[in-house]
Amino acid sequence: MRPGIRAAAALAAAGLMGCAAAAGLTGCTAPARDAGKTLTVFAAASLQAPFTALAEEFEAAHPGTTVTLSFAGSSDLATQISQGAPADVFASADTKNMAKVGEAGLVEGSPRDFATNVLTIAVPPENPASIATFADLAKPGVRTVICAEQVPCGAATKTLEKETGTTLMPVSEESSVTDVLGKVVSGEADAGLVYVTDAKAAGSKVQAIPFPESARAVNTYPITAVRNGKNKELAADFIEAVTGPDGQRIFRGAGFGTP
Amino acid sequence: MKRRRDTTYTGIPRWVAAIAAVGALFVLLPLAAMLGRVNWPQFIPLITSESSLTALGLSLRTAAASTVLCVLFGVPLALVLARGDFPGKRLLRSFVLLPLVLPPVVGGIALLYAFGRQGLLGQGLEVAGLRIAFTTTAVILAQTFVALPFLVVSLEGALRSAGSRYEAVAATLGARPTTVLRRVTLPLVLPGLASGAVLSFARSLGEFGATLTFAGSLPGVTRTLPLEIYLQRETDADAAVALSLLLVVVAVVVVGLSYRGPAPAGSGGRSARVGTPGRVPA
Repeated sequence: MRPGIRAAAALAAAGLMGCAAAAGLTGCTAPARDAGKTLTVFAAASLQAPFTALAEEFEAAHPGTTVTLSFAGSSDLATQISQGAPADVFASADTKNMAKVGEAGLVEGSPRDFATNVLTIAVPPENPASIATFADLAKPGVRTVICAEQVPCGAATKTLEKETGTTLMPVSEESSVTDVLGKVVSGEADAGLVYVTDAKAAGSKVQAIPFPESARAVNTYPITAVRNGKNKELAADFIEAVTGPDGQRIFRGAGFGTP
Repeated sequence: MKRRRDTTYTGIPRWVAAIAAVGALFVLLPLAAMLGRVNWPQFIPLITSESSLTALGLSLRTAAASTVLCVLFGVPLALVLARGDFPGKRLLRSFVLLPLVLPPVVGGIALLYAFGRQGLLGQGLEVAGLRIAFTTTAVILAQTFVALPFLVVSLEGALRSAGSRYEAVAATLGARPTTVLRRVTLPLVLPGLASGAVLSFARSLGEFGATLTFAGSLPGVTRTLPLEIYLQRETDADAAVALSLLLVVVAVVVVGLSYRGPAPAGSGGRSARVGTPGRVPA
């Protein structure tokens, strides 16, 4: 695997040099620069909808470029990148996993914060347990599902419990926010703590109940170019697009906050 | 005669042995690589932490319960499939074996729509005050769902290779079907039943996807060892590796001690007389 990746990287590097060498003679113009190139973006699962939209706009603005998106939990992605996965850009759902990639020496420059996210209560549309506040989640008989403390949404939940002095007695601590949402959508749970963006993306399948305490646990999303990436310039362009006005418009539309 | 030839003939072509070695390495190498990543000084504290022991205990208990359910339902199923003669038998077999090839997460979703709160049976159960979702029962159901085919396949194979001659003789001597089953059929296929049960236990122990989808994840209630490993991996790679090794060791011990695989033709006392019972399609 590894040698394969290295060979591919070497080929790509040779291609770049070929273009640079040719530039002196024939003029390698900007659109030609990007022709046939693939930008690989590793992004947190919660970014799926906005990044998919953004990637389409980016491909339109950079003819010939293909953006390959890989969505997974931030910690999975951080591990993959540390193990040499061929990513050009990494967008994490928390600063902790970005730091993990940083420790591996794979962050190019310094990461830029581009969005924030807070938790919300998601309940089935008919709200069977009549949840109205964060404290309602701790009421006996309410089947609440949360994220486990080991994952970012669970860490945020823990912070809220501490901040508000509430002790939740969940029926399940899931390892991803999508699993929490799934339990609410299927009606198994009376309520779940998910990100506002997850509740928004689920549409009418869940009802979101915002609560003021959520502001005490804000998740910040950083983005960076990966040091060993093949397409440094494209990666920089993509990060510009994410942090620029077009990107920010898409993120706000999906329910994200501005850092 | 045949047996002697079988055991003394060793003319395996070298190239076959070479490919077999590669195949064995393919399985062993990742396990060895994992072994190399174990944080040995911390190994004992990691696997004896409270959360690890809770998860291991839950895994062993639920896998044992699932194995009992697999035997309870799997033996009749295997008998019907091996000895029965009815229309739709092939279809029934396909459906019973389906969980073998289904991704466990699909099994979890299917279970959810059957036994979940809003599910086909779940609504009635809920009214009766029985709650399955998020309970240990859900874990056992998920494990039984994925492990049942292992028992059925093993036992059906054993039943077929044992043949029905002895049963026919017993019946002509006046034994009722239940007596034949109890005194002739089951003793005959006991090795097949045992290896099927062991395989089911091992499969239950490793169940992950259906449990995650259907049962949830709460320490001591639904968080089995595979779920604990999956969660620990998020923050503590050392703990995840240590627990993985623990699961491998438990699986190797269980399977190694009890699962002997297909018996060589004509070996063993009773087997020698009836041909090759206990032959399990691998």
